Amino acid sequence: MSIALEHVSYVYSPGTAYEKHALKDVSFEIPQGQFVGIIGHTGSGKSTLIQHLNGLVRATSGKVLYEGQNIYDEGYNMRALRSQVGLVFQYPEYQLFEVDVLSDVCFGPKNQGLSPEECEKNARKALELVGFPEKYYKQSPFELSGGQKRRVAIAGVLAMKPKVLILDEPTAGLDPKGRDEILDQVEKLHKETGMTVVLVSHSMEDIARYVERIIVMNHGEKMLDGTPKEVFRHYKELEQVGLAAPQVTYVMHDLKERGFDVSPDATTIEEAADEIMKSFRG
Amino acid sequence: MPTEMIQAEKLIYEYDKRDEEGNIIGSERAIDGVDIDVPAGSFAAILGHNGSGKSTLAKHMNAILVPTGGTMWVDGRDTKDPDELWNVRQTAGMVFQNPDNQIIGTVVEEDVGFGPENLGVPTDEIWQRVEESLKAVGMLDRRKDSPNKLSGGQKQRVAIAGVLAMEPKCIVLDEPTAMLDPNGRKEVIRAVEELRKKKNVTVILITHYMEEVIDADQVFVMDDGHIVMHGTPREIFSRVDELKSYRMDVPQVTMLAEALRKRGLNLPKGILRREELVEALCQLR
Repeated sequence: MSIALEHVSYVYSPGTAYEKHALKDVSFEIPQGQFVGIIGHTGSGKSTLIQHLNGLVRATSGKVLYEGQNIYDEGYNMRALRSQVGLVFQYPEYQLFEVDVLSDVCFGPKNQGLSPEECEKNARKALELVGFPEKYYKQSPFELSGGQKRRVAIAGVLAMKPKVLILDEPTAGLDPKGRDEILDQVEKLHKETGMTVVLVSHSMEDIARYVERIIVMNHGEKMLDGTPKEVFRHYKELEQVGLAAPQVTYVMHDLKERGFDVSPDATTIEEAADEIMKSFRG
Repeated sequence: MPTEMIQAEKLIYEYDKRDEEGNIIGSERAIDGVDIDVPAGSFAAILGHNGSGKSTLAKHMNAILVPTGGTMWVDGRDTKDPDELWNVRQTAGMVFQNPDNQIIGTVVEEDVGFGPENLGVPTDEIWQRVEESLKAVGMLDRRKDSPNKLSGGQKQRVAIAGVLAMEPKCIVLDEPTAMLDPNGRKEVIRAVEELRKKKNVTVILITHYMEEVIDADQVFVMDDGHIVMHGTPREIFSRVDELKSYRMDVPQVTMLAEALRKRGLNLPKGILRREELVEALCQLR
């Protein structure tokens, strides 16, 4: 039960003047139930990468294995794959279109060929999972706030009951509270359902707080792969490729340089506060 | 006669609410009695949750919207006066969140040159401005590329360069970094900062990233069409609980300082920068 890339490369406009390697020999395996973050500067290949995970983009070379089977095998059921690997694009609220929230969320399951009762049941469950209040189910999705629209869009993917949920910058453009609410909800969802979650984000602070593993992309290649602590230890290399470590990690490094007895590995506020207090108690 | 670069007095913006058939069913106030003063050459930041009215306010600063009550002056010009419209637009350049709606050229450098060309700037100077602006946003090496080959973040930097090239007295940025990676964000903020220091351009920045406003001269927090908090970044970020009640946050360093205060360390309130926190902790040792 996993999703794996083996030596995947993807080339745009091959054989023309615009030929560009968007992905170069990328390999990794994500076991079922993992919460993974993908980071990389704009244009590093993150979005191209995640579109390989549900077969939206076909690799120029290499394999994508879902539950051990190569999705490029002849006769492979791509349709089934796409309902198991749910992809939430950037600014997904632009894809809302139905007259009310519930109908919009029903669209996915309807296309899976489920009965109307089944669709509604799945849609209600999905809206509940993203913490969307029931009193707005019959409201037009266009009259909701930015954060609520995004919840509905995520529910639209969850209603297809995917085993893997991929979110491409789900908090872009949301206010700080809205950002925390969405990510807390995703974390809860991950814990409750055991779903694999792949989170693409530009916020190192958010990534550090939520995920158990980080894959760093740079110029189409996998640059680093490890726990947040392991990855953010390479903060100088990350800076060279347009990324950074969370701010607290820098504070810890500064303190260590000034002679404090602290481990510079802290990546969240709580870890940093604990570590600093420990050094004061000596 | 107002002397500030941006000045609003009792500003109100009201719009009609309509039903599906287009009949008016009431009115809504997006801006409700806002007073602000932004002196020339200063840096003001506006914070507020989604739907608080901050973008509506920003759109008044270059007369995309005109007030339905009260007055907005831009460099002393009343934005309600139709004869001043083009002067107002030339004074205040605007950068939006989504670069796809702002790019029109088929080649990066032509897109950036479009603004000054329309202002009648001599050709030599256009190219000089294009080069400077692209350099300021770190996109000089892509000047010959087609914008549709760029990523979202790269396009945004080109859009900002396009406004910079018109050398406005004031630049209004409405969540310009929402789609950028950490380095892109830093570059944009740095470019904007340079512009203010070197060319004395007034900067109005709307953002959801708290770290981006710590260098502002003043911060306004909006909620429900009102200004609910106003002060220096240090004053504003000292009021953590109040800010959170408006769905805002504080910089991570400030949060860490706050967490340490709650655990009994005697740190001052309103720490904004990493160096300040490190210094304060060294003092305590």
